[in-house]
Amino acid sequence: MTADHSAHVTRDAHGDAHPVEHAHPDWGTYKWVALVLTIITIVEVYVYYTGLKDTRLFVPILLILSAAKFAIVVMFYMHLKYDAKIFRGLFIGPLIVAMTVLISLLFLFGHIAIHAS
Amino acid sequence: MATAALAEAHDEHHYTSTGLPHTKIAIWAFIGSECFFFASLIATYLIYKGRSVVGPFPHTPWVDPATGQHFKPILNIPVTSASTFVLLMSSLAMVLAHSAVVRGDRKWSKIWLASTALLGATFLGFQAYEFTSFVHEGLKITTNLFGSTFFTLTGFHGAHVTAGVLWLVTMLFIDFKRGLGPRDAINVDVMALYWHFVDVVWIAIFTLVYLIQ
Repeated sequence: MTADHSAHVTRDAHGDAHPVEHAHPDWGTYKWVALVLTIITIVEVYVYYTGLKDTRLFVPILLILSAAKFAIVVMFYMHLKYDAKIFRGLFIGPLIVAMTVLISLLFLFGHIAIHAS
Repeated sequence: MATAALAEAHDEHHYTSTGLPHTKIAIWAFIGSECFFFASLIATYLIYKGRSVVGPFPHTPWVDPATGQHFKPILNIPVTSASTFVLLMSSLAMVLAHSAVVRGDRKWSKIWLASTALLGATFLGFQAYEFTSFVHEGLKITTNLFGSTFFTLTGFHGAHVTAGVLWLVTMLFIDFKRGLGPRDAINVDVMALYWHFVDVVWIAIFTLVYLIQ
């Protein structure tokens, strides 16, 4: 399968915007992305059923695996890695604010805390 | 004739002040706002996690002191893992549908759009099964804090998937009616972005709600 394309922006000497073609991933990349996502999901479920569940590593491991899946889908399937930077700003800006609010609420309600040693 | 050709050329080279399609900027802004929406629902779930006074509970068994009835942990990880895999595969089908539309491959655009819709509907079937079994096992939206926050969060996600499936079926109908080609790629791209966002929200829900105790 051939690669498809999307518009990026450059401006000419008069400041007019013109789209520039950048290649999106092709079937080969999508296939590998799907395989990696499947493997990460299998690892997540495997970790759930192992003795790791009772250790302090359990939650960080799952959060890292989940974040990896999230990033892979956003970068490759949503083409954020290849598309115009304005789209990154429109997504990552609100995502950072939303995550900050979420974590702040967890601190506020005592679900997570920083203990002085 | 000349007008039609001009209109077609206008569709294919729709320059805007930013040089980017307005629909794509709009869907990314919408997705940004959806981040707040789902973050608030997830935050509510996490804040009330472990604060239910009565069961059934998500990960631990419970005995009703009034009746002596035993309740097993309510979450079914194998079933949810399968539905998670189905949703991930629907995202693969979606990118392949978009790729086919960009190429002007009408046969494969129909196949992949139909596959995506079918996988989305399968995910909804899993969710319907899950909700039904929870109600039969004694967990309703009014039972406890877990039930209220769980059904609200996953219910809203399911509503988003339902909207996505309807969008896919509509696009498939258009594909059968007049065929989708490269000039429709932006519309399919916008739909695909929505669909993938629904997928990434589920990635977060699967870990935070189902796996982490």
